[in-house]
Amino acid sequence: MTFTIPIDNGDALKNAETDSQRTLYPYVTGTSIVAIKYKDGVLMASDMGGSYGSTLRYKNIERVKAIGKHSLLGASGEISDFQEILRYLDELVLNDNMWDDGNSLGPKEVHNYLTRVMYNRRNKFNPLWNTLVLGGVKNGQSYLGMVSMIGVSFEDNHVATGFGNHLARPILRDEWHADLSFEDGVKLLEKCMRVLLYRDRSAINKLQISKITEEGVTVSQPYSLKTFWEFQAFHNPTAGAQGSW
Amino acid sequence: MSSIGTGYDLSVTTFSPDGRVFQIEYAAKAVDNSGTVVGIKCKDGIVMGVEKLIASKMMLPGSNRRIHSVHRHAGMAVAGLAADGRQIVARAKSEARSYESVYGDAVPVKELSERVASYVHLCTLYWWLRPFGCGVILGGYDKDGPQLYMIEPSGISYRYFGAAIGKGKQAAKTEIEKLKLSEMTCKEGVIEVAKIIYKLHDEAKDKAFELEMSWICEDSKREHQKVPDDLLEEAKTAAKTALEEMDAD
Repeated sequence: MTFTIPIDNGDALKNAETDSQRTLYPYVTGTSIVAIKYKDGVLMASDMGGSYGSTLRYKNIERVKAIGKHSLLGASGEISDFQEILRYLDELVLNDNMWDDGNSLGPKEVHNYLTRVMYNRRNKFNPLWNTLVLGGVKNGQSYLGMVSMIGVSFEDNHVATGFGNHLARPILRDEWHADLSFEDGVKLLEKCMRVLLYRDRSAINKLQISKITEEGVTVSQPYSLKTFWEFQAFHNPTAGAQGSW
Repeated sequence: MSSIGTGYDLSVTTFSPDGRVFQIEYAAKAVDNSGTVVGIKCKDGIVMGVEKLIASKMMLPGSNRRIHSVHRHAGMAVAGLAADGRQIVARAKSEARSYESVYGDAVPVKELSERVASYVHLCTLYWWLRPFGCGVILGGYDKDGPQLYMIEPSGISYRYFGAAIGKGKQAAKTEIEKLKLSEMTCKEGVIEVAKIIYKLHDEAKDKAFELEMSWICEDSKREHQKVPDDLLEEAKTAAKTALEEMDAD
């Protein structure tokens, strides 16, 4: 997928330089993030995998990070672009802190900033290849939003990226309700992550659930979900297929 | 030590016959006219305090900050021309940011003070730039522990365990020398700095003042921040009491 924007006709050297600077395809990617609002704030689930194409190359990548005091950012897509975004946000938060005026960046502000960054990069045909999930709590108000690599941005009570959109959100549409308790929220997220584990080939069985409330951020230790493979259909999957034995 | 440098003091690029650059010395005088700034290095961190002379009764308390954070782990207290100070702080922030961006680690305080000193010195080398009319006390906490530096308008930067600039700097230095800094914690240091500033504030010559203090220590998680309100109130009360005891004698 190469986009060439001809600057001068025949100025191959100039084009080649600008081409090699633009993001063309992602290399090391993270898979879905699933996040929901609950009674005290926001819960976000992600696995710790970084795929290199179809190889599950990295198994200890934290794809959810705290931003300032009030927000949590989860990313799927290119990991190096996520790290770049974290660098931008680090500077943003530091400058905000140095004012020392009693104010601090809330999730809505961070979400807006990210939307601007993603959209502007997309307009230059040099996107940050991520879908970002931004959740947070400030002054008792919970916030949950999403930005894609083309700058599409919106808020909702539950969001998911990548495969999560197709597999997790239908579950959330049926079973999410306002004022979920922490335990119910975690159970719901685990249900979604289990489906993703079974069906998404880039998912690994090592996940973290992060929580943000008025008090602050907590990221759980990595843990695994119990899976069940004794379904009848798996016992003899090729029975009756042509060429099988 | 004031002497008129007639003829040799018009430009910062002129030396006098006795080897002085008068413009830089005049810049230092601008610093001497401002409210006192004190910095001390205690056992577990740095404490900085500023005697903010209030120009007008209509000023909101807490405005016109004289102490600024330069990064998470370092802060600067400015004496002298406020607008010049803003430039120096902005430059220090930029240097700290760029160091972290290139080297991936928080800028060591020594490196930061050298960069700021270079910048201040730069403005003493060209006839079309004037020297900065402000002195700066830079306090930070890095891998080598807490450190205190002072940068003067000439571009000199030294490391100190106690420093003062501004109107009452002589009196402040005398008071600091009386303290046993190596045994003092920052909590105690805050009270001592408040006492010093209250003591050397001249009620007759100057109007009211506001005390602004900051610290970097273990209690602040090695981050530069304003001294917490309750500790600041405690320090102010202790300082006022100490003054009354002195007056009673």
